[in-house]
Amino acid sequence: MILLWTDGLIFTLLLSILGIGFYLRGKEHLKRPLQTIANNSVGMVSLVVLVFFVLIGLLDSVHFKQQGSGNEIISLLDVWATPLREHGEKTYSAPFATHLYSKEMMTVADGSTQWDYPRLQFGGQHLTNDDDKLADIVQKTAVGIFQGVVSFMALMLVYWLFIKNKRQDEDSVPFTFQPVPCTLFILITLSYTLIHLSGYYHVLGTDKVGEDVFYQAIKSIRTGLIIGTLTTLIMLPMAIIFGILAGFFRGWVDDVIQYIYTTLNSIPSVLLIAASILMVQVYMANHEADFTSVVVRSDTRLLFLCMILGVTSWTGLCRLLRAETLKLREMEYVQAAYALGVKQHTILLRHILPNVMHIVLISVVLDFSSLVLAEAVLSYINIGVDPTTYSWGNMINGARLEMARDPIVWWSLSAAFVFMFALVLAANLFADTVQDAFDPRRGNQSAN
Amino acid sequence: MTSYLIRRFLYAFPLLMGVNILTFVLFFVVNSPDDMARLQLGQKHVTEAAISNWKHQHGYDVPLLWNSEAEGEKKVTETIFYTKSVGLFLFKFGVSDSGRNIGDDIQQRALPSLALALPTLMLGLLVNISFALMMVLFRNSYLEQAGIVLCVVLMSISSLFYIIGGQFLFAKLLKLVPISGYDGGFAAIKFLILPVLIGVFSGIGSGGRWYRTLFLEEVEKDYVRTARAKGLSETQTLFRHVLQNAMIPILTGVVVVLPLLFMGSLIMESFFSIPGLGSYTIDAINSQDFAIVRAMVFLGSVLYIIGLLLTDISYTLVDPRVRLS
Repeated sequence: MILLWTDGLIFTLLLSILGIGFYLRGKEHLKRPLQTIANNSVGMVSLVVLVFFVLIGLLDSVHFKQQGSGNEIISLLDVWATPLREHGEKTYSAPFATHLYSKEMMTVADGSTQWDYPRLQFGGQHLTNDDDKLADIVQKTAVGIFQGVVSFMALMLVYWLFIKNKRQDEDSVPFTFQPVPCTLFILITLSYTLIHLSGYYHVLGTDKVGEDVFYQAIKSIRTGLIIGTLTTLIMLPMAIIFGILAGFFRGWVDDVIQYIYTTLNSIPSVLLIAASILMVQVYMANHEADFTSVVVRSDTRLLFLCMILGVTSWTGLCRLLRAETLKLREMEYVQAAYALGVKQHTILLRHILPNVMHIVLISVVLDFSSLVLAEAVLSYINIGVDPTTYSWGNMINGARLEMARDPIVWWSLSAAFVFMFALVLAANLFADTVQDAFDPRRGNQSAN
Repeated sequence: MTSYLIRRFLYAFPLLMGVNILTFVLFFVVNSPDDMARLQLGQKHVTEAAISNWKHQHGYDVPLLWNSEAEGEKKVTETIFYTKSVGLFLFKFGVSDSGRNIGDDIQQRALPSLALALPTLMLGLLVNISFALMMVLFRNSYLEQAGIVLCVVLMSISSLFYIIGGQFLFAKLLKLVPISGYDGGFAAIKFLILPVLIGVFSGIGSGGRWYRTLFLEEVEKDYVRTARAKGLSETQTLFRHVLQNAMIPILTGVVVVLPLLFMGSLIMESFFSIPGLGSYTIDAINSQDFAIVRAMVFLGSVLYIIGLLLTDISYTLVDPRVRLS
């Protein structure tokens, strides 16, 4: 078992979210917004999709050293996807292809050479006759769907036995046809089908060095999630502390903090990120001994990227919090606390902080999707994640130049597009729901 | 007003100083002048003499921040930091580490950057506002719902895909415009159409949503209800009253980005190989040309501060309630 830096932070984040959830359970003032979210079907569906992505990301965050060959560091997900990981081809091949993308000189059985598309080493290798491919795919899909349906049924049965019976409430619509179980059903069957098929074919083709694109896309989920969440984790303390202090104390504290964030803001953020990434690269080049493993090296760079993105992105939230605190400190209840002789730090912690938390929550959820999108752009100009890290940005970057080929290599791009779009769309929709539920201004509008 | 402007002007100096120190530290914390010399002269087979010669030519042969060997005030002035910073504050950018005149380069490249960024901004503003107005005009209908869904979908697609998709469709398949490149004068138009359109299209999602909330906030207000009550039609209230009043936040939002247009769009410029300031900066970062990066960072901060100042001034111009003090 090996704990990478990002793994540790991700699990810390998870634990603290669980802890906060446990602490806040049953608090009366949170029930209304949570109820709003639970009643919003779009929000719940996107939450299910997000949780699905997060589970994959968490599976991919448990790393350990592989016994035996080469002491490679792999994750739990890698173990599960061992066939995908090891079934590399020579170069490009289209989704579900049985032959390579490019022609090659081959020696036929009788000794003569032939210029043709070579057979893939792993994709569709169980087929005796290539004409059976379509029938075979249909049959394998059917098996996958069947597995998915069975496990969904099992899940529903468990739910029905243990949870539904206790509640004793009568739903007018059968539960199975509500949006959330439907999404679950689609996700489960889809993943079962893809897993089953990917044992026999390269479902999304292979890339330039013959690696399975489906595997790359799955591995990229963790990178996207880490950038979206860890950056926020790093930026939150700075933004909250500085923002509240500036608004609460005003005077010279406010001046200093305003000076800091205006200075940071006025440097174009891309330049700041580029300079810092350059710094990390030089540091790693000078301390090669500390970064022997590729995984450790790319992980360090990922962590640094999160930190730098955090440094460049805290200013927006800080400004919002400052403005809100300025407003709050003039409120009657804060004035009353003053008059009663409550100490300053108690006022800050008990009266100000809880009342700006909705802004923090909303901006965290809103930032998530833009950070995932930013990763792709940064990786494209080579100041993002390490080129060896699996990420959608790197996939796009690698596939971009291949658009000029004939026939075009479209599968890497499409895979990155679909996965990224699913994650970001779910995040955006969920962010909207959270904003509707927690923003007091919006809440009033819907009540009218 | 005047005293406010003077105060803001003086406030710019500590800001620029901070920016300057930050870039300086970020660069020299890892890169010694020796490394820079080696990089510029080529990594291998560089003699000590050649390095010290290069450092002397580019003024990197003095200490970084504090010259303990010099006398009196020269302890501060005869350092890399001082000599390089003073030029910046006078807008004399000097010579880049690879030997080109930075000021000339910037002048040359500002025009292509502007030619790309200004039409994108203007057209984008027009499209976004009309789209948002349409959504507000047909509010509480399926048309608005469809518009909102469209916005979220458009927002969830990475800008890279718009660029790749646009290039592929219009330049490669339909062959309507060249894939990338640039030309002087009016010949540039055919190179600029595609990046401008893609830039506008990729902004519709977030822009449309943002303007919609602005308009919706305005639509709820009392004066709009009065306008409706006196018998104005919905379109009349929208265009005569709502649009005019919503113009205040829109205008100030535009003014703040106006100076930064000179800096160019990094991604667009490098995808379409337009020789603007954005690609200039990226090239400088990749070749670790400190002189150019520092000049660009400085220029960027100056423009940002000007943008903030212009916003304040434009507030007083369009909104009589705001007074600067």
